[in-house]
Amino acid sequence: MADNKALLSVEELKVYFRSEDEVARAVDGVSFDVGREETVCLVGESGCGKTVTALSVMGLVPIPPGEIAGGKILFRAKNLLDFNDSDMQKVRGNQIAMIFQEPLTSLNPVFTIGDQIGEAIQIHQTATQSEVVERSQQLLKDVGIADPAQRLRDYPHQLSGGQRQRVMIAMALACDPDLVIADEPTTALDVTVQAQILRLLDTIQKMRSMSVLYITHDLGVVSKIADRICVMYAGIIAEQGNKDAVLKTPKHPYTQALLASLPNREKRGQRLYSIPGTVPNPAYKPDGCPFHPRCQHTIQNCSEQYPGMCDYGDGHHARCPVLFEGGKGNWCD
Amino acid sequence: MQNTETDAQDIQLDAPLAPKRTRLEEFWRLFRKNKLAIAGMVFFILFFFLAIAGFGLTRGDNPLLDPAMVRLQDKLRPPLAKPNLERLQANEIPRLGVYIFGTDDLGRDVFARMLQGSWVSLTVGFVAVGIAVLIGIFLGGIAGYYGNRHIRVGQLLAAAFFIVGALLLVGKLIWSGSALLIGGAGCIFISILMKKAAKAKTKSAGTRFWYFNTISIDTVVMRFVDIMLCFPSFFLILTVVALLPASIYNIMIVIGLTSWMGTTRFVRAEFLSLREQDFVAAARALGLSNFRIIFRHMVPNAVAPVLVSATIGIATAILTEAGLSFLGFGVPPPHATWGNILSDGQRFIFDAPWLTFVPGIAILIVVLSFNLFGEGLRDVLNPKLRERN
Repeated sequence: MADNKALLSVEELKVYFRSEDEVARAVDGVSFDVGREETVCLVGESGCGKTVTALSVMGLVPIPPGEIAGGKILFRAKNLLDFNDSDMQKVRGNQIAMIFQEPLTSLNPVFTIGDQIGEAIQIHQTATQSEVVERSQQLLKDVGIADPAQRLRDYPHQLSGGQRQRVMIAMALACDPDLVIADEPTTALDVTVQAQILRLLDTIQKMRSMSVLYITHDLGVVSKIADRICVMYAGIIAEQGNKDAVLKTPKHPYTQALLASLPNREKRGQRLYSIPGTVPNPAYKPDGCPFHPRCQHTIQNCSEQYPGMCDYGDGHHARCPVLFEGGKGNWCD
Repeated sequence: MQNTETDAQDIQLDAPLAPKRTRLEEFWRLFRKNKLAIAGMVFFILFFFLAIAGFGLTRGDNPLLDPAMVRLQDKLRPPLAKPNLERLQANEIPRLGVYIFGTDDLGRDVFARMLQGSWVSLTVGFVAVGIAVLIGIFLGGIAGYYGNRHIRVGQLLAAAFFIVGALLLVGKLIWSGSALLIGGAGCIFISILMKKAAKAKTKSAGTRFWYFNTISIDTVVMRFVDIMLCFPSFFLILTVVALLPASIYNIMIVIGLTSWMGTTRFVRAEFLSLREQDFVAAARALGLSNFRIIFRHMVPNAVAPVLVSATIGIATAILTEAGLSFLGFGVPPPHATWGNILSDGQRFIFDAPWLTFVPGIAILIVVLSFNLFGEGLRDVLNPKLRERN
């Protein structure tokens, strides 16, 4: 799977959280690539391991209780898991930046916007004070904030939610990173602002030729921005492939069920479909395929053997051998 | 309500945004309502300038107001008495032409002595609390931020070797002391050697032992706080002061070193909640070092309770210094402090009550005003207490 062209490639990543007597396998063998200038969406329900995957790329998983139990995170062909703290600090913010879910609490309330953007610049680059101010203003202009010179002197509580998320994006862009990880950046915002922020991210990505790893549970957002999609379920990748392939011809029962549970115009007046059951507790996952207790296509083997990745060509993979040639004899991989 | 505001603002990006009231204005608006706190602040500022003026007026070879000038002819004069011009030499006549607070049993001007003492009170208060706050922020920050990290067997051994070795060296046991220091260096050396082995998947029994977690940093710091709190601090200070040469600097340092525990607890408590905040995670994602996150991003968010405890701490430090001087362990005479004016005056309490009342009331007013000011600050800075008024 190691594609040399990929900017980031995560291979068989396993992140466990240990408590007194249980081990929660939050991420349990996840592999995916993010190519240059590509937008990859990690989609899944709450608690399926999306955020933990993102945090482990940043090296921000709290250890302990967390533990990287295996796998590699190759960024520009170097394994980030081998980096020590100070090497990692040079990567964070500089080459990989992250945008968080809650713009309301992700800015330090006691410093002005200008201080915080300026700090993001000065941490990784040498610049004089006037250069920093100039660049901060340019960044704010890029993210569509009116009157940047004035806004630099504002405190976070003086800005609206959408503006704060724009500021967070400006901070993430401060050092021209190659990869931006956006962890549900629009979840806390209302729909109009969400659309603005998505458009902004898209424009900026084209302007600066970055890659984006976008984490969300919102399939509507995914259909707007993704190049490729990874659907996660209970710490594994259920299905991955190009946007159209995954959304139009889903090959994993979980993806199919997710898409079926979206409301749309044709289903008006009908009862909305919902997937029976709940996401398994990461400490007590069922044997075999983690989705089999909730799946409509379960066969005997599903509860016994861990399913392999089945290749549908053109980078489209799904971890369900049952729908791939009926699972007869062939358990994939 | 907040949502509708947000909506409106995003549609018209150029419109003025949230009310342009800075934190200071907001703070002042709330603080102004508390009349007692305002009174406290006024006295606080008054005392501050009086003390600085007192320092300027009473120092040097020929000060404007000489606190040490002995005029036995004019002893125990009551407040506002005129000097006895016939019996005084020309250079003994007080510059003000009146003894505002009277004179003491040696005929020294109590007003001048009070001014000199106010500078002592001010510096002792501020420097001692400054020391206490610095220690408190540092230890509280470490305990709050790194609290759940553990000290390993290797680190514990090294620390034990160094501490015991240093103690032996101080006790003039050169050979055994140096041997223990070398042992401590050896522990560090072993740790460096083991760095690779510790990263490997399978660890040998020795490595596992060396890296075995003992106690958490939080436990170490907070139990040390508990130990320090166990001592009745005034008697601890008395003991230390009895051993050290008496000087104003030693008093400041000793009071500072015995009053940092409250600040440590406050800062730790703040840090425990700040540590989980999103902006700390965001700062880490920007590639900031832990040191920078603690001292630049978290400490400013934790100053509110520190500021309150510091203000009240200044009052306590002034009181402690006055108590020490009263007992004769404070700043050595002839330098005047409020405490030793009080203690000199108590022998004449029936003949010359102003000698006890003047410093006593001064201490009362200053300590009370600092406490009121501190409580006013606390009410404003802690939103949970705001409902009361």
